[in-house]
Amino acid sequence: MKSNILFGRVALGLYLVIFFGYLVGPLAVMGLSAFNSAEFPSIIPWQCFTYEWFSTLFHDERILKGVKYSFIVGFGTVILSVAIGLAASLVLTQVWEKWRSTYYTVIIAPILIPGVVLGISTLVFWKKVSDLLGGVDVLSNGIFLTILGQSTFIASYCMLVFVARLQRFDPGLTEAALDLGATHTQAFRKILLPFMRPAIASASVLAFLASFENYNTTTFTFGSYPTLTIQLAQMVRYGINPSISALAVIIVVITVFGALTVEVYRRRSKLKAGEIRQGKGLPAWLFGNTATILLVALSFALIATVYTAQTYSPAQCKADYKAARAAEVQAKIEALRAARAAAAAAAAANGEAPADGGTNAPATQGGTGGFGGVFAPTNLEDAAGQSNGADSGAAAPAAPFGNVFDPGNLEDAAGQNNGASSAPAPAAPASPFGSVFDPNNLENAAGQNGN
Amino acid sequence: MSSGVDVNLENIWIKFGDFVAVREANVNINGGEFFSFLGPSGCGKTTILRAVSGFLTPSEGRVLIGGKDMEGLGPNKRPTALIFQNLALFPLMKVWENITFSMEVKGASAAERRKRADELLDMIALPGQGDKLPSELSGGQKQRVAIARALCAQPDVLLLDEPLSALDLKLRQHMRTELREIQQRVGITFIYITHDQGEALTMSDSVAVMRAGIIDQIGDGNAVYDRPATPFVASFVGENNVFRGKITAINGDEALIATNRSGELRSKITPAAVGKLNVGDEAMMFVRPEMLQLGAGDAKSTITAKVVNEEFEGNSYSIYLEGDGGKQIKMAMPNLGTDPHRAKGETVSFSYDAHNAVVMPAGDLASE
Repeated sequence: MKSNILFGRVALGLYLVIFFGYLVGPLAVMGLSAFNSAEFPSIIPWQCFTYEWFSTLFHDERILKGVKYSFIVGFGTVILSVAIGLAASLVLTQVWEKWRSTYYTVIIAPILIPGVVLGISTLVFWKKVSDLLGGVDVLSNGIFLTILGQSTFIASYCMLVFVARLQRFDPGLTEAALDLGATHTQAFRKILLPFMRPAIASASVLAFLASFENYNTTTFTFGSYPTLTIQLAQMVRYGINPSISALAVIIVVITVFGALTVEVYRRRSKLKAGEIRQGKGLPAWLFGNTATILLVALSFALIATVYTAQTYSPAQCKADYKAARAAEVQAKIEALRAARAAAAAAAAANGEAPADGGTNAPATQGGTGGFGGVFAPTNLEDAAGQSNGADSGAAAPAAPFGNVFDPGNLEDAAGQNNGASSAPAPAAPASPFGSVFDPNNLENAAGQNGN
Repeated sequence: MSSGVDVNLENIWIKFGDFVAVREANVNINGGEFFSFLGPSGCGKTTILRAVSGFLTPSEGRVLIGGKDMEGLGPNKRPTALIFQNLALFPLMKVWENITFSMEVKGASAAERRKRADELLDMIALPGQGDKLPSELSGGQKQRVAIARALCAQPDVLLLDEPLSALDLKLRQHMRTELREIQQRVGITFIYITHDQGEALTMSDSVAVMRAGIIDQIGDGNAVYDRPATPFVASFVGENNVFRGKITAINGDEALIATNRSGELRSKITPAAVGKLNVGDEAMMFVRPEMLQLGAGDAKSTITAKVVNEEFEGNSYSIYLEGDGGKQIKMAMPNLGTDPHRAKGETVSFSYDAHNAVVMPAGDLASE
């Protein structure tokens, strides 16, 4: 019995962890990746803590434009959808009783029609209208079309919100207003509209969010005004960087802020109502309001972040990281070279040098130039001068032209000639051209032979 | 405050599709009168009120207020103010804003409105409550705010649609008196809708009793109570005992009725039926419970019956006797402190004064 309960609790806990992990996990990863200096949005490997992606974001013309257009379209859609939705809900609840169900079906249909279809039909329809009117520019304007296209279905969402509220409206209030001498307009403005205010607020938020995140309708109508979602989709095609994560962080923070503010307001009004009931003053305004505490904490965290961002510079970390990385690469090279040298020495001892060099070189050369080492004439030479070819492969990060013109090369030849098998290390001539022009090449054969 | 004006309904018919809600209503209400429409629910009294206030247009006939035809004028153009059954106070406005709404829509300044609201709040005995929301008031207070709001519009006619029905008994009785006082103070015409005959009788100068769209009788409280025009009015207004039978003789405004169970009885003919009754007609005779007394009298006004039950009500006894066609005869006796109780099943004789009984052609009774 007891173990059953325990098991249940553990299972529930596990479930919650999985559930919230599923919900919040991707956001957390994305949020963290905005602060990682890696070129691609990722958190592993963690390179350096940085704010640079925010600055990249604020300097990215395309994203800024996208945000701007998204806001313009969003506000347009809110105004149009709320107006249409309110009118539709009034018709639905207050007139034409006989036609209500038919009317409801018609007005709700856009929600059921795929957004893609709405997008295409909006485009085609208004193009036709524009043509009929002799090419009115406004009618084929991307912002105009996007607002219209989005409003077709967002207005239906708004209507549903309004209908829910209107069902609790007492039409007697409008009658009372009329009876007291108000005109119909006054009755609407002073009685119905104030009653609808909360619904209008929530419908506006809903409409704005639906508009902001819309892609499938907008993709047909945006014309020359790509909104943020369109812009992001286009960017993904050409490769993205963590500035997108930075944008996500900003949006998440704004959302959390908004939600907390609403919550604070809601709880305060609740407390106020309680105050009236109990007839005694409340303690501090903060008291008993978790949302307020969270909001204040978040505000402080935000201010602190912005402040540190002014002075914090990841340059040192980045330099360190680079150095560490270089050292790592260097160590790898060393290790490889040591192995190579050992192998070469063994081969030389056995008199099998050419065969050894031939198998090694192409494999390690993969890191160089776009075409690997295929065209590197050294491949041919390797048969003779394998140690040189091997080196060129391992030293991948070197300059495109290798060290062809490095005066050291001449010395190397001498060194090599001197018979030191490990000496060529610094020469590391990794280049598309390999060591074609390396004056040592010919000598190498001699040197090797000399060894 | 404007003085009362006449309201005349001329041959009003109101139809909803095939359903006739109001049939041939002719009512003349004098200026400054407290006029009630009394009837059971669904009898069309609220419909008449809506026609007066302008929320619906009669299918036929005219509504005249102060001699002016109201045809084509909406509720906001008529000199009427309506107090709704549910009061319809604006929930999002404070009390003072509610009261002065009619001034607000005419563009009065806030200071002006505030001043007027305070005056009216004093009048309805709610001083200093202007900044509350309607939801913070009690039922009776809301009631008074609704009255103040209607009066603030300075109407010529105040229409009240069962405004007291939501209140408890004590408050209702209190508000009756208060409404009557307010009406006398402001002196405008009140048209009051109710299904409660007590309210109608206590407050009204005149009462119109309605039955299924038809106005059966218009008169003051006494006329309606003592001299009902139809069996419906007789049975709807107050309690009444009915005796069915046939007319056997008519002598001026008196008639003899051969009743089904109590033999021949004498009764006055109700004024509305004088000249309309003939010997041999089916008739109904009504005697109020309080008009019956124990003990035999004149042979033509004495009834004998078995006691079914007796109820003690403090100031009076109600004695129920076996009556006509399963219905019981009720007798109300004042409690004089000496009356012995009557045993169940005991046969008693009781009588009435023929002047206090009314007879009229048979018709529909109000259903209980």
